[in-house]
Order: sequence, then structure tokens, then C-alpha cells
Amino acid sequence: MVKVRSEIKVSPEEMRAAYCNALIAEAEKNENIVSIDCDLANSCGTKSFIQKFPGRAFNIGIQEQNACAMAGGLSRAGLVPFFHTFAVFATRRVYDQAFLSCAYAGQNVKICGCDSGVSAAFNGGTHMAFEDVGIMRVMPQMTIVEASDPTMMRSIIPQVANTYGCFYVRMPRKTVYDIYEEGSEFTIGKGEIIREGTDVTLIAVGMEVVEALKAADMLAEEGISARVVDMFTIKPLDEELVNRCAAETGAIVTCENQSVIGGLGSAVTEVLCKNKPCPVEMIGVQDLFGEVGPMDYLQDRFELTAPYIVEKAKKVISRK
Amino acid sequence: MSKNVDFNEIQRFSADIRKETLRAIGAAGFGHIGGAASIADVLAVLYGGMMKIDPKNPNWEDRDWFVLSKGHCGPALYATLALKGYFPMDWLLTVNKPGTNLPSHADCQKTPGVDMSTGSLGQGMSSAVGIALGNVVKKRDSYTYCIVGDGETNEGEVWEAAETAASLGLDHFFVFVDWNKKQLDGRLEAICKPFDLEEKFRAFGFDSRTVTGYDVEAIWDAIESAKHVKGKPHCIILDTIKGLGVKLAEDQEFNHYLNFDLEEAEKSMAVIDERLANGTYPGGDFKW
Repeated sequence: MVKVRSEIKVSPEEMRAAYCNALIAEAEKNENIVSIDCDLANSCGTKSFIQKFPGRAFNIGIQEQNACAMAGGLSRAGLVPFFHTFAVFATRRVYDQAFLSCAYAGQNVKICGCDSGVSAAFNGGTHMAFEDVGIMRVMPQMTIVEASDPTMMRSIIPQVANTYGCFYVRMPRKTVYDIYEEGSEFTIGKGEIIREGTDVTLIAVGMEVVEALKAADMLAEEGISARVVDMFTIKPLDEELVNRCAAETGAIVTCENQSVIGGLGSAVTEVLCKNKPCPVEMIGVQDLFGEVGPMDYLQDRFELTAPYIVEKAKKVISRK
Repeated sequence: MSKNVDFNEIQRFSADIRKETLRAIGAAGFGHIGGAASIADVLAVLYGGMMKIDPKNPNWEDRDWFVLSKGHCGPALYATLALKGYFPMDWLLTVNKPGTNLPSHADCQKTPGVDMSTGSLGQGMSSAVGIALGNVVKKRDSYTYCIVGDGETNEGEVWEAAETAASLGLDHFFVFVDWNKKQLDGRLEAICKPFDLEEKFRAFGFDSRTVTGYDVEAIWDAIESAKHVKGKPHCIILDTIKGLGVKLAEDQEFNHYLNFDLEEAEKSMAVIDERLANGTYPGGDFKW
């Protein structure tokens, strides 16, 4: 059961805290869960896990490739490793290790990358993962999830822990909004329609879900009925839901805080092309490198905010 | 320490590993024979008595674990595992053939007894350290053994993993470096100087030593002796000759990867038997 809050406000809980608390709760039940950090435990918010389970937490220093392949070995020995670092290092830097020692080797490794997309803000272009979803999506047997709020994080972390296989868990680490009522439950692999609509569907992920909801309000003022989907599982994509939205609303805008090349927009259009295509527009980074600055500046710079979604929604409806 | 061990038997096992590796690669028509030959003796020591294993139960949790980080030498490991009964001997004739369980590079999802998939060099060292750490977390009295190539030590990841193993005090972790002095494109000294590998591992916090890498008794004794050193992981540099014991490889200056057929393989297998009979195994009168 999923219930959207009547008022969506900034959460008092940072995403990294919601994540780590959820992991600790699961680790209390499952003694095989271990954590690996690469000298970013303070940043990733995993320090409380290290304090709680000192014998099951390994901060091995600034060596992500080794950490990722080690996670494959820890899994082979029967443990459930959660590997933490920034999204850029969790994907781009360790790609070959994630591929061979984790996914190809059939292991049970949870790769957790924080500071996704523009949320890397003041760490700038070097640290701004726009390509991470695209490159992880082409890796066989890699499930990709990005929670849009702390309640969803609490719901999906137990599933990540208890579902055998490799996961890429993408997240901003600091400020997020509370979107869902406490107790809302989500199922990995199933998108959620969180607002009904008939003229267009806004399929969003992560921090773009709030922007899509704002855009739906703005469109409603102009008499346009927009459906909003929280597609927190990017792979495997909920194909049935995508096809249903295409059939029922006839137009789709995908909204993601990452490159439109290889990301959610690509995934949605791949599905539609196999079935009954409808016009699609994509909100996301248009083949650009990241840059430094406050997050609100970057959201505007890369055209990720609600007004841009409204624009794309009108455009896609005109293409029907 | 080694008085109850039959080293003649282990040496015969290494001869069988060389012969079956030749047969497997000969049946495929091509493969990494040079580096496969130079690890036959350490494999014979490990699987010929040193490791706690159960070939009928390859996933026995309390076993000793093995990672072939130089994954391209898979056929030597496959020969060893087949000889120990992990799978039928006739699988060896399927190496690299469509649908095989024995691909060129080691694959833990396909081959019974292979503890980790390897092939992208450097990673096996890390995953082996992960296994060794996992065994500590799981409170198992298991050793984890890993073989890396000397060329493979070009990879920075080997040294990241070494630093971590030492930092964590993983004294049930062993890495063997197959110091055969050659890598794919030529001699190590000509490609990327390895400097003093034994000293390098010592500097990275290992208990480190060098032994003649085709002397099974020396290898056995080095492992037994290292096990008495507590609180540190162990490095054993195996001073080897690439291709030693395999006549068709000994005859080539650069023998990393050779094309040969079963007929040629059988001639080199016969040489192994001759050398065993006249007491000159593995190298015969071979000299560089």
C-alpha cells in the first residue's frame, strides 16, 4: 500500500541516515550482512553501521577497485556485502570489478553509490555521476534501484538485502523530500502510479519524482491531466506498467537526474519500441558533463525542474 | 615437518597435471601453456595434500579455498581438479569448445571446484582477500590460497589487495607469485621492471619468502613454515621457468600462448614420462 503525503516537505532525515538506519535494522536480523567503505564512511553516512557492527564493517581505505572485487569474495564466502562510496566511484571507477568479480561471478553484492547526479553539487563535474545508470544497466544481472524518499528507502533495503544477486543502489546523500506516508510499501521491479492522470504520464525516478509531482500540479492548473509514476526500479523495468501508461495516456515524459543516454528514458523507449510506441520526451542530462554549484542551480542548468517538465509534457501531448 | 609427506607422489601428481594440461590445450588447439606449466608444481602441492578439500562436496564451507588470479591458466587448474575427481576426466577435452564447462579463463559458475571467476588480472587477488576475510567473519579455520602471475603484479590492484590483507592481519591468506620472468609481450624486465618482489611484499606487510617453484618439497616446507608466522598474510615467490616440464614450450623463447595439436601434446607427454623414469623430471637437461 502506497500513500502520498498530502503535503510534501523536506525530510528532517537525510537520505544517508535513512539508508544506514535501514541497513542496520536489516543487519540486526541477518548476521551475514557486512559493510565495506573506502574512506567515505562519514560522507556516505555508514559510520553508525561501523559503530554498531565493528566486526562486520571494513573501512579499507581509498581503493575502490580492490573493495569491489573483495566484495565479490566476501559474497563467495557466504556473506552479503554492501559496498559504499560515491556513485561515480561505485560504477565508473570499479566497472570491471563489478562486472567480473560480482555480476559475472554470480555473486550477491550490493553496490551503493551516493551523491547521484546533480546532488554531487559542490564536488563538481569530476564527481557528478550522470553516466552511472547507463553503464550499470548494460551489465547482465544487475538490478538498479533509486529510492525517491526515506520511507521508500526503508521499504526497499530489506528487499535488496534478502534478494540474491547484484544490485546498484543509487541515492542522493543529503537533503530529500518526504513523499510517502510512513508505512508505505514498495516492491522492487514494480513501478507505482502515485497520481492518476489521462493526458500524459510523467515517469520519474529519484529526486525527479518531486519535480514530476510539482509539474503535474502546474499542468492541472492549465487543464492537463498528468499521471505520475515513481519508477524506482530502473532495471528490471516494469514493462507492463510502461505499456499500460502508453496505452492509457498516449504520451510519456521520462524524468531522471542522469544522462538520458542509457538511463530511464532509454529503458522506457526500448520497451515502447517493442510494443506500441507513443510519443516520448525526456527530461535528463543531454549528453553533458556535470559542473560545480549549488543543487538548485544545477537542477536548472540541466533543465531538470518542474517548469521544464511542464514544457516537455505540452510538447509530447502536441505530438500525439 | 614434512617427514610424513610422500613428495614422490606429489611430484607424480604434478607430472599428471602437466600431461593433462597438455592434453586439454592440445585438444583445443591453442592455449596458455607456458604459465600453466609453471604453476603445475604448486597446484600439485596444494591439491595433493596441503589443502583441506572434499572433491565430492566442492562447496563444503569449511574447506580451504583457492583462487587462480592468473585466470588464463585455467586448463592447469582444470587438469588438477579433474585428477582429484571434481568432474570427469573427459571434460578436459572440451576446453574452449561450444557449451563447455571449462572456458579458457576460470569460471566459478561453470566449473565444480573453481572458487572464483578470474581473468581480468589483479581482481583474483582482491576476491581472494575477500574470501579470506569472509572466512574470518564466518569463524572458519580455513586457509585461502591465491596464485598471481609475475606480469600480473603490474596491476595496481594486486598491491591494493596486499595492503588490505596485511592491514587486516589475514594470516590464513597465502599468495604465490609465479615468478617465471616472462609476460605476454616479453620479459618482465623489458616491459615493466618488477624490482624485488619478495621485498615488495615484505614492505606491504607480508611474511615473504622465495622458493624454487618446481621443487614440490621446497614449496610444501615454505607453506608449513609460513603457517607458524602469525598476524601477517604470507607471500611465497615461486622462482619458476615459464613452460618448464613441457618440451614443446621449453623449445620456444616466448611461450605464453602456443598453438599445438594433440599429436604434438602427446610427444611432450611422453617426454614427461621419460624424465620421470630417468629421474630428471620436470626439466630434464633443459637449460636456458
